[in-house]
Amino acid sequence: MTSDNRPVAVAFSRRTFLRRMFRRENIIGWLFVVPAFAIYAVFVLVPAGLSLGYSFYRWNGITEMRWVGLQNYLSVLEVPDLLGTISNAFRLIIFFSIIPIALGLVVASIIHRVATGKFGAVARTVLFLPQVIPLVAAGIIWAWLLALPGLINQILRAIGLGAIARAWLGDFDWALPAVGLIGIWVMLGFCTVLLLTAITKVDPALYESARIDGASWFAEFFNITLPMLRHEIGVCLTVTVIAALAAFDIIYVSTLGGPGNSTSVPGIQIYILAFTQQRIGLASALSVMLMVMVLIVVIPIQRLSREET
Amino acid sequence: MNKKSVRWSLASLLVLTSLLLSACGAPATTVAPAATQAPATAVATAAPTQTPAAAVPNCGTDPIVMNGYFETGFEITTQLTNEFMRQFPNVTWDITYDQFTNLINETPRLLAGDNPPDLIRLPTFVSFAQQGLLMDLDEYADVFGWNDWPVPLQFARMDADGIRGSGTLYAAGLNYQLTGVFYNKDLAAQIGMTEPPATLAEFDDLLAAAKDAGLLPIMQWGSSKSGMGLAFPLQQLMADYGPTQPINDWIFNKPGATIDTPENLLAAQHLETWLQNGYFPPDINAIEYTDAATRFGGGEGVFTFNGDWQNAGYNESMPGNVGFFVMPPLEAGGQPAAMSGPLTFGIAATAKHADCAAFFLNWVGTNETARQINVDIGGSNPGGPAGASIPTVPEGSVTVETLAGGPQVGSNAMDFIANATSSIFAQGWTPELQKMVGGQQDAAGLLAAVQAEYLRELAE
Repeated sequence: MTSDNRPVAVAFSRRTFLRRMFRRENIIGWLFVVPAFAIYAVFVLVPAGLSLGYSFYRWNGITEMRWVGLQNYLSVLEVPDLLGTISNAFRLIIFFSIIPIALGLVVASIIHRVATGKFGAVARTVLFLPQVIPLVAAGIIWAWLLALPGLINQILRAIGLGAIARAWLGDFDWALPAVGLIGIWVMLGFCTVLLLTAITKVDPALYESARIDGASWFAEFFNITLPMLRHEIGVCLTVTVIAALAAFDIIYVSTLGGPGNSTSVPGIQIYILAFTQQRIGLASALSVMLMVMVLIVVIPIQRLSREET
Repeated sequence: MNKKSVRWSLASLLVLTSLLLSACGAPATTVAPAATQAPATAVATAAPTQTPAAAVPNCGTDPIVMNGYFETGFEITTQLTNEFMRQFPNVTWDITYDQFTNLINETPRLLAGDNPPDLIRLPTFVSFAQQGLLMDLDEYADVFGWNDWPVPLQFARMDADGIRGSGTLYAAGLNYQLTGVFYNKDLAAQIGMTEPPATLAEFDDLLAAAKDAGLLPIMQWGSSKSGMGLAFPLQQLMADYGPTQPINDWIFNKPGATIDTPENLLAAQHLETWLQNGYFPPDINAIEYTDAATRFGGGEGVFTFNGDWQNAGYNESMPGNVGFFVMPPLEAGGQPAAMSGPLTFGIAATAKHADCAAFFLNWVGTNETARQINVDIGGSNPGGPAGASIPTVPEGSVTVETLAGGPQVGSNAMDFIANATSSIFAQGWTPELQKMVGGQQDAAGLLAAVQAEYLRELAE
């Protein structure tokens, strides 16, 4: 009997599904999604699929492709100093993620507590400005600032610290931190504005009761702000870690990976392989591996930030 | 919110890892264009030219738009094309300028595209010629008589095995450049230099004297963004310690050629000594080409290794105070050597106006006004046929000295070691020389590392 009824039940549920699917509001909803999805498909899904496809071919971008299977994934391990470039990308996390988020939390908390008026608005604008300035122009200006005759060294000399003045972007030990400084400048505004927005959503009663109880700024920060901003910190961490591991533009405009390979990152290697050496397959394989590497790092961050406290 | 953030984060990641590559997204069925297309049938010339009136390719009389893709910073191309449009009003040049690095990277896609350049600057051309993207210029060379010109064309030739130096002609020179040592005359006088050094030892003495006088002996650039300028003095030292032919063989990718030779080791060790003596600026790894030229023009550095394309800039920033000499040989009386070669331009295999482009290349070498522009703006030998008009050069211009340097070098000219493969400069010379500056690489390691990179790239 049950088995006799099953086709009827299936047909009924399919009809129900189709009816729900083609409800007027659903169709309108999908129509709203279509433009964004089309752009996403054209600029993200299709190129990503193409890259994956290219990674199985030997191809110079001009002549015919030749199927090589997984050979590119083995050859990519022979790219000179590959481990060094990956290591640089992970070191950039300190400058692109950890410092901007830590500073962003402090700055957002201070603005929220003591500067909610015009000063706060000005501070937010100034901090967010690097997100608006084209990075190429910013990179050139930073290269001038960090040059041996540049403003930063002039200030160091003026305050008696001339002994440590150097060509920051041309020094093997300091080039990566100098690039990291540009990263901090870019990321700090993003993190601050996101975290400040989140703080304003925290129930003010929590802060009021803490203050009535005589809580210090530190106590408020560690016992209210930090726990309540856990999800937003997760968002900041995700975005900035991806920016660090997949870094390209800041490095390209400031050092192009030099001196030596001291600031080289996988993004620069992909660019050189694809456009200078015309090894599209190898570049695609490295980009796929980079994507996997980033996912391995980012997915646990997302999981942790989603867990309930 | 978190799901959204994941989605957007992944989207950002996917964009980064794929958009770069999507730019080269020709379909899998892409095939090479017809290789080495021959020039179109020659037509009777209607435009003024110094070549025979019959059967000479030209620009015709109908309005045409020439598609040019040139390197940023070379004012000479702008001036020459403007003069060409003035002389041939039916021709309009539509020029795109790009930085050297972008130009190298974009060239294959432009040549293979739907609107290929009629004329394109070609710092390197081997892979593009092998991919059938460049026009065989031999027929033009025959028609215009380029093979009889005194300036050498072998640097722009490549044989069927992909080895440069002989074979098919794929490019022609807009002019013929010379490199050597520029010096600040005032500062040179301060260290007692009354005439250019005759030997490497004398040059060493001058460098030491400059250092002792508290001057910067050599201004040079070394940032990755410009490519390492220490390759200039290194190659000059290589040509001092050994013959130039093996260096050219290596650049031309001849089988078995190596840069890791005992002579080149001595040269690299000599450069290492200069670095250890503090003869170069301490921030060399961060100095870009234009900054080095500006700082030298501003009086920083007694000497600098550069090419005659910078003459106009030096004449402007230090008028009457800049001199030039070709790198002195190891022993007195030896023949000097120098990196010297054509400023090469090529024509796309599928160019719409190849005849006009070839006519332009010939016009640059033969037209009196063009030759004058070439020397005034480019600062280099304009080439052209034997007996062509000699452009005038203002008294006191460093161009007088650079033009005099060419005959001293004669057949001892070399191509640039940075041109051996498309990325040997970016992946080999630049990082390894930067490491030498930073004390992380020695002379032997430098040559071994560059040779390994060279073999790795050729294996591709």
